[in-house]
Amino acid sequence: MGIDIRFPLGLLFLLLGSILTVYGLRSDPSLYRQSLGVNINLLWGVVLLAFGALMFVLSRLGARAEAPAEKSPQPPRSSSH
Amino acid sequence: MTGIDWLILGVYFAFVLGIGVALKGSMKTSTDFFLAGRAIPAWVCGLAFMSANLGAQEVIGMGASGAKYGIATSHFYWIGAIPAMVFVGIFMMPFYYGSRARSVPEYLRLRFDEKTRGLNAISFAIMTVFSSGISMYAIAKLIQTLHVFDGVFQRLGLNSSWIFDFAIVISAIVVLVYTFLGGLSSAIYNEVLQFFLIVAGFLPLSYLGLKNVGGWSGLKATLGASYTHSWAGMSHANTNRLGVEWFGLVMGLGFVLSFGYWCTDFLVVQRAMAAKSMSAARRTPLIGAFPKMLFPFLVILPGLIAIALPTQPAVPPHARVVVSAEPPGQGIIPFKVDANSGKPMLDKDGKPQLDYDLAVPSMLLHYFPPGMLGLGLTALLASFMSGMAGNVTAFNTVWTYDIYQSYIKPGATDAHYLWMGRVSTVFGIAFSIAAAYMANHFNNIMDMLQLVFAFVNAPLFATFLLGMFWKRTTGHGAFTGLLAGTAAAAIHHGLTLPAGAIVGIKGGWLAVTHIYPSEMAQNFWTAICAWSTCFVVTIVVSLATRAPDESKLVGLVYSLTPKPEEEPMAWYARPASLAIMVLAGTVLLNIIFW
Repeated sequence: MGIDIRFPLGLLFLLLGSILTVYGLRSDPSLYRQSLGVNINLLWGVVLLAFGALMFVLSRLGARAEAPAEKSPQPPRSSSH
Repeated sequence: MTGIDWLILGVYFAFVLGIGVALKGSMKTSTDFFLAGRAIPAWVCGLAFMSANLGAQEVIGMGASGAKYGIATSHFYWIGAIPAMVFVGIFMMPFYYGSRARSVPEYLRLRFDEKTRGLNAISFAIMTVFSSGISMYAIAKLIQTLHVFDGVFQRLGLNSSWIFDFAIVISAIVVLVYTFLGGLSSAIYNEVLQFFLIVAGFLPLSYLGLKNVGGWSGLKATLGASYTHSWAGMSHANTNRLGVEWFGLVMGLGFVLSFGYWCTDFLVVQRAMAAKSMSAARRTPLIGAFPKMLFPFLVILPGLIAIALPTQPAVPPHARVVVSAEPPGQGIIPFKVDANSGKPMLDKDGKPQLDYDLAVPSMLLHYFPPGMLGLGLTALLASFMSGMAGNVTAFNTVWTYDIYQSYIKPGATDAHYLWMGRVSTVFGIAFSIAAAYMANHFNNIMDMLQLVFAFVNAPLFATFLLGMFWKRTTGHGAFTGLLAGTAAAAIHHGLTLPAGAIVGIKGGWLAVTHIYPSEMAQNFWTAICAWSTCFVVTIVVSLATRAPDESKLVGLVYSLTPKPEEEPMAWYARPASLAIMVLAGTVLLNIIFW
């Protein structure tokens, strides 16, 4: 109802992923001594970006699949009968 | 917290509120507001089903138990949740969803009578308000202890004693805005967001922690067998860290408590009632069970790692922790410090107690640099807000449908009840804030309330089991059974005491007739006692009273309801297939971590 949650979900993670990735690229490497030398911001930022992109694409595909379905006179909705 | 951390927190808040605003326009009827228009897809409901339960107490508490009891804590997931989630999806959802009841108390009225519904509705409404208050208190206390806002408060020249109030008010306002605007849909969509955020914030923690301690085998070598086996040693209460024997664990936790929560608590069941079809409703708990099965690796594992690390005063400079002469603890878990004297609190043997609740937060501060730290703390806040919104949406529904519409103002227009839903959202949150302050000032009252709630909840599943699967069960039977079960729980608690505890809130207030090896064992047996009493009394009283009219029970009782028709769908998406998959996965995990 209302919204396809994958859209805001994708958007949120694209945004969070970009923030972490950019910060990870630009921050001082000495920051990562506490995370065992792993640039966790960069690494995890990229993972979140990929997840965000996936959700975003899925929500667009979903919207495209739904559009023709809504035009048909009898929408193939799953029912509870 | 540095600028980047605030930015992440800000982005998250913007999305949470944005969802509420986006949904505002579609709240036209009370069904839209309280039941999300019964139009939510199964996977969304499933994640919300799991996430509504994933409050801050869960994340903090499970990490704390991980540090205290080891991997055996996963029993709370593998025994204490999965079987019940499968049961409610396969066997009970046809009656909840099929009866078109709008709440669990309403189902009780349809199946039994007004008094049983009233008892359940009123106790549930009070309970939700208090538990959301208690979790609000817990998170505000945590923020205060971690000193996350201290830097900002100092820079702004504010008194740092306001941090507690600030944390309560800010989270209350955010939850209020999005539940007020978008009702249950908003809560459910946000729970999905929160679910992914919690995974995003905690997964790197387990990854870095495991890398540090040399993987699972390294953890095993450091901590020893008692921490890293879930079943070995369960034959006797004295040979495992939980202090419970297998029968108490399986019956108390795995049957009574877990089925009582996952199958009857409207907080979670409401998420399935919002599903768009019967099959979506049945799949809701089953879909939720998959991530539930894997969550021990996110929330329990960091606790184990925290206790396994070499003891050190871990104070990363960027956390702006006010460096004090805090004594070290074990691993990176500090000792519990008395707020007044500043000295570590001692247990009955004179040894300092560890503050296990700080296990997960200490891990966040230990491993996460700025950036990830913001994400980790946002995940913590998200878990808190999803738990609180769950309570608030369940409260406003039960209040409006089961108390207000039934006893105070029946027969009003739908628009009026929609308005009442919004009003009750506001005062539900106001009461929660009051409860949070009460918890801050009178810790003992809160402990006692939680105890009373435990007594009220313990027998519930016996009533539902009999109600759904034995058509002879009567309203009088159910009502007396519930009261008797609650009384039995109280009496059992009053007669027993966990080893080493003082008579009073921990039990034994009538007379000490039995000493349990641990508080957990006492809790499990209290529940078993309450359930059995309710079960027997309900049967006896039902047989002694007039049988209910069978024509009125169609759709409410198993033997009088036609089997739900399966929609055509892929074999792997059917409820039964999902159930088998998740049960097989759980068995496998139990074998691996035997």
